[in-house]
Amino acid sequence: MTQKDPTMRPDDTPPTRGSALKFLLLIPYLALLWLPFYNDVHPSLMGFPFFYWYQLLWVPLTSLILFVVYRWVR
Amino acid sequence: MPTTFNWTAGLVFIGFFALVTVLGFVAARWKAGDMTQLHEWGLGGRQFGTVISWFLVGGDFYTAYTVIAVPALVYAVGAYGFFALPYTIIVYPFVFAVMPKLWTACNKGNHITAADFVQGLYGGRWFAAAIALTGIVATMPYIALQLVGMQVVIKSLGVTGEAPLVIAFLILAVYTYASGLRAPAMIAFVKDIMIYIVVIAAIWLIPSKLGGYASVFDAADHFFTAKGGATGIILKPSQFTAYASLAFGSAMAAFMYPHTLTGVLSSASAKTVKKNAIFLPAYTLLLGLIALLGYMAIAAGVKVTNNNDVVPALFLHLFPSWFVGFAAAAIAISALVPAAIMSIGSANLFTRNLWKPLVQPNITPSQEASNAKIVSLAVKLGALVFIIVLPTKFAIDLQLLGGVWILQTFPAVVFSLYTRWLKLPALFIGWAAGIGLGTTLAFMQDLKPIYVLHLGDASYPMYIGLIALALNIVLTLVLSVVLPARPALAAR
Repeated sequence: MTQKDPTMRPDDTPPTRGSALKFLLLIPYLALLWLPFYNDVHPSLMGFPFFYWYQLLWVPLTSLILFVVYRWVR
Repeated sequence: MPTTFNWTAGLVFIGFFALVTVLGFVAARWKAGDMTQLHEWGLGGRQFGTVISWFLVGGDFYTAYTVIAVPALVYAVGAYGFFALPYTIIVYPFVFAVMPKLWTACNKGNHITAADFVQGLYGGRWFAAAIALTGIVATMPYIALQLVGMQVVIKSLGVTGEAPLVIAFLILAVYTYASGLRAPAMIAFVKDIMIYIVVIAAIWLIPSKLGGYASVFDAADHFFTAKGGATGIILKPSQFTAYASLAFGSAMAAFMYPHTLTGVLSSASAKTVKKNAIFLPAYTLLLGLIALLGYMAIAAGVKVTNNNDVVPALFLHLFPSWFVGFAAAAIAISALVPAAIMSIGSANLFTRNLWKPLVQPNITPSQEASNAKIVSLAVKLGALVFIIVLPTKFAIDLQLLGGVWILQTFPAVVFSLYTRWLKLPALFIGWAAGIGLGTTLAFMQDLKPIYVLHLGDASYPMYIGLIALALNIVLTLVLSVVLPARPALAAR
């Protein structure tokens, strides 16, 4: 296969309903890459300093965001 | 570390290993396909649904080396070692948004590797070959590190010498040869369930033995205060950019590797890939808890000469013998799954994007498959020799460089999904410049992943891979503007 593959164009389908929700996907990046948000011991939760439970909390939150986008963006 | 063979642990270990070996061979018959076709051997026939893909990608991405190295880093430096957590969270919005598109494009073009995809889009041979070579070179030390993971746990059972490692790897090599991607897919079920059991047992038992999480963190805090330097249970402000850029750069690199892409491309549909992005973070929760084993080791007063021994040493300290064997088997089997997929991914790249276009253009599909099988053997053998002959440090350094290198394939693979505007020479020069700069900076830092950027009076330690990627992207964009359109394009 040395030729260009004409089937490989990015799809041209226009944005459909709920596509603004896609911006939700950026939230985990902001929440986790800006360290001043969470580089602290307090408040601690069940013995876990904030730094740890905040990051662990973003695991289900990210799944939830992905689910919302999956469900409502087509 | 013990010097005599731990019989109970050893027998449990061997029992589970034998079970997995049988599974590896049985897998050839599972969802049977024509093994003389590369997409059957090397992608499992592109038919894995959400559940199998979840186990496969999870088993492939969260490796044995992760289980050993992340707690080791946390044990050594504290909070900084936790960058693996944000890394393996923010990777999923990316996977969700980008990988289904890549799956669709590759499915249309019958592409089985990233280099295939790039070749299908831009034509030519050499850039695809460069992408393939980057993938292979980045993956080899990764396979070697899986062996390190296995070595560490075997040693903890009181076994010395290289023989068990060699035997384990020969078994792996033979069933990968016979069953292709179906073997790790099947073994991943066992492996993941075992790892979940070990970690749940550890987080359940250990705090009650160590007086709860608050005292685990307290112990770590005291330990690092005494140790000083850039350690602690939270970050120093000077570590912020290093932590964030490592997390972000690693997340962008993670699904450029041949083994993770193989996992994605073996899914049954783009929708499967999307669904998996939603559920895969469950493994990240596990990883976060595994990382805490580093602090638990501190709280338990475990002392090791080599940080990589910290997890097995903690298990020996706290678990009964039979469970030590179970945990060791879980980690060793965790090495087999990614090692198999990595060797398959590399073999696919070599066969499709180096051998076929450069050496044997008229290769038949069945020759292609048998070629890949042999290459997968060679790749594993190479990794084995590597780890036995050379110091472990080489594998670790090379794996670090591999991360910097694989990240340089990002513009060609990801940007190309969204635009046809980029030009091949621009991508090629951007890739080369990124690799050049990344490698130079890494060597200037004695193979540490961080380089300090100075902007005015402020200094920002940043992940080298990301700095190199920035140059790569700028060059790719600028050159795509200034270079003349290719004749072939103008004629269309």
